[in-house]
Amino acid sequence: MKQDIILAGVGGQGILSIATVIGRAALDQNLYLKQAEVHGMSQRGGDVQSNLRLSSDPIHSDLIPRGGCDLIVSLEPMEALRYLPYLTPEGWIITNTTPFVNIPNYPATEAVMAELHRIPNLIAIDVDTIAKEVKSPRSANMVLLGATASVLRILDPDKLRDGIRTVFGRKGEAVVDTNIAAFDAGYEFANQHLAR
Amino acid sequence: MAEKHLLLGDEALALGALHAGLSGVYAYPGTPSTEITEFIQNHPLTRERNLHCDWSSNEKTAMEAALGVSYAGKRALVCMKHVGMNVCADAFVNSAMTGANGGLVVTACDDPSMHSSQNEQDSRFYAEFAMMPCFEPSSQQETYAMIRHAFDFSEEKRIPVLMRLTTRMAHSRAVVETGEIRPENEVHFPENPRQWVLLPANAKVRNQALIADYAGFGEAAEQSPFNVLSDGPDDSLGIIACGIAYNYLMENFPDGCPYPVLKVSQYPFPKGLARRLAARCKTLLVLEEGQPLVEKMLCGVFDTGITVKGRLDGTLPRTGELTPDCVRAALGLPARAEYAASQVAVPRPPALCQGCGHRDFYTALNQVIKDYPTARVFSDIGCYTLGWLAPFHAFQTCVEMGASVTMSIGAANSGVWPAVAVIGDSTFTHSGMTGLLDAVNAKADITLCISDNLTTGMTGGQDSAGTGRLEAICLGLGVEPEHLRTIIPLPKNYPDMEQTIHEELEYHGVSVIICRRECIQTARRHAAKK
Repeated sequence: MKQDIILAGVGGQGILSIATVIGRAALDQNLYLKQAEVHGMSQRGGDVQSNLRLSSDPIHSDLIPRGGCDLIVSLEPMEALRYLPYLTPEGWIITNTTPFVNIPNYPATEAVMAELHRIPNLIAIDVDTIAKEVKSPRSANMVLLGATASVLRILDPDKLRDGIRTVFGRKGEAVVDTNIAAFDAGYEFANQHLAR
Repeated sequence: MAEKHLLLGDEALALGALHAGLSGVYAYPGTPSTEITEFIQNHPLTRERNLHCDWSSNEKTAMEAALGVSYAGKRALVCMKHVGMNVCADAFVNSAMTGANGGLVVTACDDPSMHSSQNEQDSRFYAEFAMMPCFEPSSQQETYAMIRHAFDFSEEKRIPVLMRLTTRMAHSRAVVETGEIRPENEVHFPENPRQWVLLPANAKVRNQALIADYAGFGEAAEQSPFNVLSDGPDDSLGIIACGIAYNYLMENFPDGCPYPVLKVSQYPFPKGLARRLAARCKTLLVLEEGQPLVEKMLCGVFDTGITVKGRLDGTLPRTGELTPDCVRAALGLPARAEYAASQVAVPRPPALCQGCGHRDFYTALNQVIKDYPTARVFSDIGCYTLGWLAPFHAFQTCVEMGASVTMSIGAANSGVWPAVAVIGDSTFTHSGMTGLLDAVNAKADITLCISDNLTTGMTGGQDSAGTGRLEAICLGLGVEPEHLRTIIPLPKNYPDMEQTIHEELEYHGVSVIICRRECIQTARRHAAKK
């Protein structure tokens, strides 16, 4: 079994901490993993992505081939669309719905959402609002990870919760708890969405 | 005892070097190489053994200090991005002439596709040029093992070696199993002291010896465990896959490659293995990340009856990093089904952070410059290079580290007025100080603006070599005290800043304006620590 993920967002939004938790969980489950990250110039408010590959068998390429990505996970709706040619026809997009507008020619939100809704397998989720609802306003990225867990079949959600505990453990129990609450809220939202 | 870690290629190299008995790392930050040195700086073994790990002023001082470590019999690692090789080239090429005593590994991280660089030069050419062995790993696990081998090889053959990574290897994570930790070397001096004094009489002798040794490096590459010729049932194509290109090949054949493959990770290029491949396959496809070094070597002037395909004949793109997709097309495999590109997504270029001091500096500079239609601004390498983009469009050139200062001198010599140079603090101490000395000696009519954010910003906030001493450095180089000005870039200071810039543009000699405010990213981190 293998699952290939593109994590997308804008520099500074926190996609790397999602990747770190997934990496921790994958290591715990003895999976093979490759994760290509973006460092350097593009981190300054530009578009950033990380190619994350998980498999029960050895992985060759650090990069995901076009048409080979199973999940696009994005903290920003337009950024989810940027990687469409990489998505398999059966692939999923799990994206935040709140635009991050730091360019003058950002397209109309309706146009972005309309294109997203043409993808049959879509989980569109307002992670900031949900994070606030569970009193974890700074853990919006963990809400997105929770939503992703509902379709990330290769990883056990409990391993992801363990990953959160390990990664945020040194920041204290309160930080761990708010991140777990955010994760659970995202997971719950996505499962309800899938049941509909 | 073997342990499992999830490591970037850079980190696998760093940990491998520590475990190989490293005594010091010498480096200047540069994407995608920075994480090697940072990993060593933060590793407990570094503190336990009290290893050298402070940043160097530039790649040349790093290379020379490491050569000193090697002379003293210990193991040293030098790290830089590919363009840093140009800066240290004098020391690098001559280190092949002195040879190594303690193991000396130079790591160059190339950036094909120019994700964060101004060109895509291929460092393997430097190894060829200097007659040095070169290693190019294809996985994070191989990187960990290879750096150990490279140190051993360097000591056994008494030659510095080049390790070449590319962006995708440097900045991709995978599980790495670690091995035993070797002690450091004791101090011991070279057997042949003449070799380290490169007077012509000695150098001529050494040059002949190096040429003879280079043949031996080639023999070693033929036998190397990192260079593997593997069989395949279909002789219609033979594939030579260098470094990380091997992964893109195998990605396209999950059930095994049907063609014979020569995987190359150690140079000089193993010609014997290539001949064995060509004896079976009359068409060869060369997959290599970066420039077509191997391909050029194989497709000579004469018709050999062997067809060589690669970047030069258009089978692969002439530029840019390799991907599983361009390799797939080169293999003649059908493209996978995919979605069409988005109709609405637009580019999102990087920008200077909100609240960054460079922004305030450019705002004030632009305000003054608009009254001088003949002015030209020469900028440099760093975060502030983003000032070329909207809304600032603040300068006309950006070439390489330090060129702002010296290009402004040349332009001033040619009658350009005002000639303004813009450089960051770290770039200034890297390669701008000697240019400023030239300007002072020539009484050049330039205004040098040092946008000092007290750090090396673009690479993530490493220490900057001249922090707290820029005024002293400028005065020491001979800048007149009354034309060495300091301003604090904040919106409330715009009138003062503009006045200062205006006055110094009008001064017909060397002026230096230090524009100082801490990088907001490092300021935030410093505040969080307190």
